[in-house]
Amino acid sequence: MKQSEKKRSQRETLSKVFRYIKKYWFYLILSIILAAVSVVLTLYVPILTGDAIDYIIEEGFVEFGPILAILKKMAVVVLFTAVAQWVMNICNNKMTYHVVRDIRMEAFEKIEHLPLAYLDSNSHGDIVSRVIADVDQFAEGLLMGFTQFFTGVVTILGTLFFMLAINIKITFVVVLITPLSFVVAAFIAKKTFSMFQLQSKTRGEQTALIDEMIGNQKVVQAFCHEREAMEQFDEINERLKKCSLRAIFYSSTTNPSTRFINSLVYAGVGVTGALAAIRAVSGFSVGDLSCFLSYANQYTKPFNEISGVITELQNALACAARIFELIEEEPEVSDAQDAVSLKHVDGSVDLEHVYFSYTPKQRLIEDFNLNVKPGQRIAIVGPTGCGKTTLINLLMRFYDTDKGQIVVSAHPIRSLTRESLRSAYGMVLQETWLKHASIRENISMGKPEATEEEIIAAAKAAHAHGFIKRLSNGYDTVIGEDGGSLSQGQKQLLCITRVMLCLPPMLILDEATSSIDTRTELRIQNAFARMMKGRTSFIVAHRLSTIREADIILVMKDGHIIEQGNHEELLAGGGFYANLYNSQFAK
Amino acid sequence: MRKILVFLRDYKKESVLGPLFKLLEASFELLVPLVMAAIIDVGIKQGDRGYILKMCGVLILLAVIGLTCSITAQFFAAKAAVGFAAKLRHALFAHIQSLSYTEMDEIGTSTMITRMTSDVNQVQSGVNMVLRLFLRSPFIVFGAMVMAFTIDVKAALIFVVAIPVLAVVVFGIIMITIPLFKKVQAGLDEVLGITRENLSGSRVIRAFHKEEEEIEAFYEHNQTLTSLQLYVGKISALMNPLTYVIINAALIALIWTGALRVDKGFISQGEVVALVNYMSQILIELVKLANLIVTVTKAVACGNRIESVLSLHGSMEDGKEEAGAEAADYAVVFDRVSMRYKGAGAEAVSDISLKVKRGETIGVIGGTGSGKSTVVQLIPRFYDVSGGVVCVNGRDVREYKLEKLRERIGIVPQKAVLFAGSIRENMQWGKRNATDEEIWEALTVAQAREFVEKKEGMLDAGIEQGGRNLSGGQRQRLTIARALVGRPEILILDDSASALDYATDAALRRAIREMKNAPTVFIVSQRAASILHADQILVLDDGEVNGLGRHEELLKTCEVYREIYYSQFSKEEEVCGQ
Repeated sequence: MKQSEKKRSQRETLSKVFRYIKKYWFYLILSIILAAVSVVLTLYVPILTGDAIDYIIEEGFVEFGPILAILKKMAVVVLFTAVAQWVMNICNNKMTYHVVRDIRMEAFEKIEHLPLAYLDSNSHGDIVSRVIADVDQFAEGLLMGFTQFFTGVVTILGTLFFMLAINIKITFVVVLITPLSFVVAAFIAKKTFSMFQLQSKTRGEQTALIDEMIGNQKVVQAFCHEREAMEQFDEINERLKKCSLRAIFYSSTTNPSTRFINSLVYAGVGVTGALAAIRAVSGFSVGDLSCFLSYANQYTKPFNEISGVITELQNALACAARIFELIEEEPEVSDAQDAVSLKHVDGSVDLEHVYFSYTPKQRLIEDFNLNVKPGQRIAIVGPTGCGKTTLINLLMRFYDTDKGQIVVSAHPIRSLTRESLRSAYGMVLQETWLKHASIRENISMGKPEATEEEIIAAAKAAHAHGFIKRLSNGYDTVIGEDGGSLSQGQKQLLCITRVMLCLPPMLILDEATSSIDTRTELRIQNAFARMMKGRTSFIVAHRLSTIREADIILVMKDGHIIEQGNHEELLAGGGFYANLYNSQFAK
Repeated sequence: MRKILVFLRDYKKESVLGPLFKLLEASFELLVPLVMAAIIDVGIKQGDRGYILKMCGVLILLAVIGLTCSITAQFFAAKAAVGFAAKLRHALFAHIQSLSYTEMDEIGTSTMITRMTSDVNQVQSGVNMVLRLFLRSPFIVFGAMVMAFTIDVKAALIFVVAIPVLAVVVFGIIMITIPLFKKVQAGLDEVLGITRENLSGSRVIRAFHKEEEEIEAFYEHNQTLTSLQLYVGKISALMNPLTYVIINAALIALIWTGALRVDKGFISQGEVVALVNYMSQILIELVKLANLIVTVTKAVACGNRIESVLSLHGSMEDGKEEAGAEAADYAVVFDRVSMRYKGAGAEAVSDISLKVKRGETIGVIGGTGSGKSTVVQLIPRFYDVSGGVVCVNGRDVREYKLEKLRERIGIVPQKAVLFAGSIRENMQWGKRNATDEEIWEALTVAQAREFVEKKEGMLDAGIEQGGRNLSGGQRQRLTIARALVGRPEILILDDSASALDYATDAALRRAIREMKNAPTVFIVSQRAASILHADQILVLDDGEVNGLGRHEELLKTCEVYREIYYSQFSKEEEVCGQ
């Protein structure tokens, strides 16, 4: 049953692959036609050769006239074959690389539309390995499939036809023995599929480890953890070595085995052909035998190839299955049909009986209510891990609430387009993320049409202009991967500049200034203060100086709001907040 | 490529036996046309059925021997290739780990990851193919030529012409495609980079609803990659048709010459058939060779890329000293230290002098980009100084073996990184085989005990890659605990309490001070409150020392410090704070 299930899933994967190929049906058909043409012509050459040999009998018995005619014909046939082959190869390339491009594109689009919950809970290394390595491997298999599968099939059929035309009996010898090679190949392919799957899985595991260890190499070195990392790596490496050896060796026996069957066919043809030639039945000549021998080679060769292709395709399908798994992952719930675009943002935000948790086991936010009036400044404080970041995930609709709703400017956010909702917020997160692009492009991310003056003004407002100017290429300096050589603080300044430039009606600042020195911060605070005027803003910060001026301070603990009010009220209340505040100068 | 082939060293036996068995197989295969010629010239001509059957037996025998040899060869080839790849990956991983911060900044993570994954895989299949077929195919080609000579010298001359022409075509195409494959790989790297970037930046991208634009950018790069692939494909696609034309031209010449030779009585009809057979054997081998060349070309390109990573040498030379002098008065001394990052125009820090007694707490404060992190990163020798000396326990850090030096130092980096595994496993980074007791102790000091206790499984609770299932503050406290588990002599907190609230931050500092054998502590921070009570405060401004002393002194003498301090505390609070 497991077998049949596997088969079914394999078939499903295959039919999905065909859906991608369908778009390039023109190339597919052209390729098939050209394959047929080139194969038939290729098969015609041995007949011509055989005919020519029959004119070469022995000393003094050679007819040069007909031989010359045959050879001329051969030259033409060969040229046509070559052209057909070349064009066919090009068609196959086109098809394969376009299909691969489409699949990769779709995978990437899916990444952009997956719920963050998926991205947060799956290893990035593994996803990358699917989009890059698996697709690559798949391309290789597919190309091999195209180039060898058709020609293989057509060769088999064509040879069969020509052979039957020459001699039926010997053809039977060939036809009876060759299916053995199919059986052998199919047997090996079946046995090796799971080995390839295991190999693919182990590779994924290794990639994840590499991603983690090399990605955080600095930490690894700081703790002299190289040896342990190495051990862990070696353990997986050893397993990979074993399962790769199995997969590769067993699949590589296909070729010798089928070649062995070739040799049997060859011997069989030789004997029956020679015997027939002695009896000279139905005019079977030495030339015919020569022709048959080369057919025997050609007839079985595609079987080898097809079986080789089948193992390769198994591997490719295993990879394709992993890609499709990603592509078919449930995307974010798309915007409602009647979703409206949030146009006039007054800045009011209401959270009504909101329930949320990342995993059903661990309840996090329960029955959360909050009413924010336009222009209010909300500071969220509380011990680490109390659910502050979660609140942001919900406001931006990175995650959906389990129960209850969030209402922005009188629209429940589920009825809004995500785009309009998100662009209503300006967000500066704790984790600074910059694109591998120029500083200018990074800053103008939220407002691509911004002018040079606007960009510089924003950078000046965020106090980033100074250090940007000092970089080797100023605003055109390209930021390396993961922010490259910029310091954490500089990256944060750029993130702030990014928001400064587009000035959305609502702001979310998560630890926005934690890596900036307080002198600079003070200036930024002023800029922020200007920016926040008339804008609803949510600030997650640990700096009480930032929080003091908030209209509402939410004190959160374990996902609940335990206190709510302004600085004076809370201080007077003598609760959790008051404790927190007074501990500021504790020794 | 040559340099990485040394990893085949341990598979010498396999890498010799594999091709050897292949050659054996090929030799038997070369005998087949001769047997067939005998069948035609002897068996058919004389009508000897017994002879024909006997020869048929010989053919089957040859096939059986061929099968045995070839499966043996496949096994050795697979074993060598897989073993080679495993060794290569191991060496590569080890090498990358030995690179210093400077090289890591330079190469970039995603490049290294591709080298270790898809590049190694390509090389592996390349090696496998080479062992299996690259000897066999030329052997058959030349073998067929030699056999042709044994039949008839004049006819064999056609082989002598055809084979070099083939070689030129085949190798010419390889030469053209190798650099192109390099480009394809670079294109793939580009695509990989974008994918990674989009995964790590998913929140920001969505916040700015840049999904469509990112997709467009990806589309462009993907498109570039595709057109490159198509271009290379177009050239490689020439291989088969060209070889086919050449072989068949040779075949035509062969038949013509054969006709002439038979007419003059030099050779027999059966021998012409044998010659034709040899020619078609060459064709079959060449088709295989051509297909394989693509794989091998790619493998060589990948191999060279791997090699360039392997030949990149760490810019840091390890010291020799196993243990340090314990008796020195000062735990850490900076003597006129300056440091310039590779490729940077100006020095990141210059002329820093500082003496730190054992057990002291040093605060480092200053503006963004003032060089605070650089200063503390010099202590565990993550970077080398470009001038002056950094001493730990009275000895230049460059004299220590890196491992011995770093063992003494617990560092908590800015970015709180944790690794997939249990909390216990993460804590044991700080000290191998740390007991649960030691771990809990460290967690207590790091103010992490409370939330760890609440986790299901406590120390066994799982941490996902990068610590995604924890909040920023929890991650930070765990990284602090991790540094404390090893009971370091020197503890460096590199702005690593930024996600902690004031109360936790204060409690943390108090707990560290109260530890038995309290370490010498360096606190890098933006918050004046965090360093207020330090024994010495180092105030940096634009890479230079602006002030050094205690809080009260600096408040009076140091302009920059005063400015920082008052930006965080209003005057009245300063009073109530003291």
